Amino acid sequence: MPTDFNLSCPIPIQDYPSIQLAHGGGGKLMQQLIDKLIAPAFKNPLLDQKHDGAVIDLGAHRIAFTTDSYVVHPLFFPGGDIGALAVNGTVNDLAMCGARARWLSCGLIIEEGLPMDTLWRVVQSMQKAVAIAGVQLVTGDTKVVDRGRGHGLFINTAGIGVVEHPITIAPGRVRPGDAVLISGDVGRHGMAIMSVREGLQFEAAIESDCAPLVAPVMALLEAGVEVHCLRDLTRGGLVSALNEIADVARVQVSVEENAIPVEEPVRGACEILGFDPLYVANEGRFVAFVAAGDAERALALLRAQPGGENAARIGSATAASTGLVTMKSRIGASRILDVLSGEQLPRIC
Amino acid sequence: MKFIDEYRDAEQASHYARALARLVTRPWTVMEVCGGQTHAIVKFGIDELLPKAVTLVHGPGCPVCVTPLEIIDKAIEIAARPGVMFCSFGDMLRVPGSKCDLFTVKSAGGDVRIVYSPTDAVKLAQEHPDQQVVFFGVGFETTAPPNAMAVFQAHRLGLKNFSMLVSHVLVPPAMEAILSSPTNRVQGFLAAGHVCTVMGYEEYEPLARRHRVPIVVTGFEPVDILQGVFMVLQQLESGRAEVENQYARSVRREGNLPARQILREVFEIVPRKWRGIGEIPQSGLGLRPPYDAYDAEKRFGVADYRTEESTECISGLILQGVKKPHECSAFGTRCTPEHPLGATMVSSEGACAAYYRYRRRPA
Repeated sequence: MPTDFNLSCPIPIQDYPSIQLAHGGGGKLMQQLIDKLIAPAFKNPLLDQKHDGAVIDLGAHRIAFTTDSYVVHPLFFPGGDIGALAVNGTVNDLAMCGARARWLSCGLIIEEGLPMDTLWRVVQSMQKAVAIAGVQLVTGDTKVVDRGRGHGLFINTAGIGVVEHPITIAPGRVRPGDAVLISGDVGRHGMAIMSVREGLQFEAAIESDCAPLVAPVMALLEAGVEVHCLRDLTRGGLVSALNEIADVARVQVSVEENAIPVEEPVRGACEILGFDPLYVANEGRFVAFVAAGDAERALALLRAQPGGENAARIGSATAASTGLVTMKSRIGASRILDVLSGEQLPRIC
Repeated sequence: MKFIDEYRDAEQASHYARALARLVTRPWTVMEVCGGQTHAIVKFGIDELLPKAVTLVHGPGCPVCVTPLEIIDKAIEIAARPGVMFCSFGDMLRVPGSKCDLFTVKSAGGDVRIVYSPTDAVKLAQEHPDQQVVFFGVGFETTAPPNAMAVFQAHRLGLKNFSMLVSHVLVPPAMEAILSSPTNRVQGFLAAGHVCTVMGYEEYEPLARRHRVPIVVTGFEPVDILQGVFMVLQQLESGRAEVENQYARSVRREGNLPARQILREVFEIVPRKWRGIGEIPQSGLGLRPPYDAYDAEKRFGVADYRTEESTECISGLILQGVKKPHECSAFGTRCTPEHPLGATMVSSEGACAAYYRYRRRPA
């Protein structure tokens, strides 16, 4: 009989007696919530790897399993919609485990009053996305909640993928000397959402980068590139992903500001709002830690992918350390890239 | 990006770094007034390019940091009331009052909204006539003109459900207070380019003369700041104390005249409390008649609210340039961006937050 259940809440109640939005912002508060309150309750070797999904060894096969919920507002935005996001997000989490996504589940939580046409457009978009990603939606669930108790539509998807190679891809495999590659320019998704959500007019329209990442990942693996770790850049952006990996792998990650691709309209919009594009969300970009000797070949493969022309080598894992991420600034000085507490907030001036 | 990239150019930056190394013959202490400049200095590592003899200290120019605790408490008190729609710029929401912050009010069901312009709040007041819309008007001379315009518009529209919680502060009186302090060690200033874009720089000329300090109006990009420091040090090394303008692409001596006009129309100069520093005479803006009818403190009866600051936090000394963030015993331990003891750790422009974020451990 288990006797050591800890019944007092491990996050001191005086700090946060209730959930704040920042607890879901992809920053430190979210990490604390997961590390202190959720993960210890379910402790097991798969969960402890802190990867985008769990890779399960079934003897004859290895499969990857993951889940994600989608609460984006508005439901439709330049370059995508909640349906495409719900498919691609889960497909991408599986790809980051080195798995080819095969089967998805889909839970729809619909708010009373949502126009039928809106739901139909989302379903059509999901249909298109599963076809492109080469997965099947094989099970699902539908719930309707009272008007005012949802935000139009929330979607949860879970996915199972098959790992078709013997390599282990996980943060723990990163070694000092590894090259850090990025699959394209950063910051598009977050700024596309900002532009429609807040009605901000920027000079040039910014489209979300929402896309499946199966093809570029499989291109690396099929070419035999020595891939150590993959991570897609979602909430919290590039910096959060690098910090998570550095933290688990116990290495220092050093990047160069000049090498990180950011498109002009995204840079402009970020300047106006006082945002740092390195913390802005993406939905179709990933970082790859690969053996240094394979870096050039891997980069060429990523650049050959549709939409991959901005792929770049942005830095490397250096000496073993306490999990620090540093960046050499444009003018040559070095600084820490730290995780934010919550989401970035537009500045006063 | 035009008007940005040329001022983040590594060649230009090292040109000024070399010129500074040749110029400086003894130790000098220079203060950048504006929080935006502090942020850029730490983010780009500009201070690492300066000769060892030059110390940059960080001034009281972050609007979030200097907003007194009791104004935050007043905002929280008003925002929590039923029927109130409380509008603010984003970074004020995370500033802790004595018990909680505005985000907490929001999570408890208060209608707290991030807006991008005070005139958006006026629009919300028009769209929601049954609700009291309050805008949190904080900041320096930079945010004051649009806030003045919002009140002016509300008055013209005859809106009965719009008001503003005003805590505007002015830069020159704070510089005067720093220079008059017996502990002052500042020998030259980088004045805030954006503030001077609005106000011009005539009012800095008597300061420079009276206290014998060079003041250089400076922009916000690395090359701007390096050039600003260079100009201050040229003056210091040659014994001059004048007002010069590095940020000429944006600033004229007389400033932006229509913006100054709307400020005079809506606001009057009042004494203001500064967080960590205390009250400075003639250092802020308050609504003047007939616009004082839009004063949220009066409308919601919170004008007499008083709160005392935490005694452990030394943000006052940091804002005056007497101490640096890492000289505080609570820095990075009992005081972090997640659990700030004082406002310099909260705002992304605050000196403590900038140090914590970019260099708390040696790189």
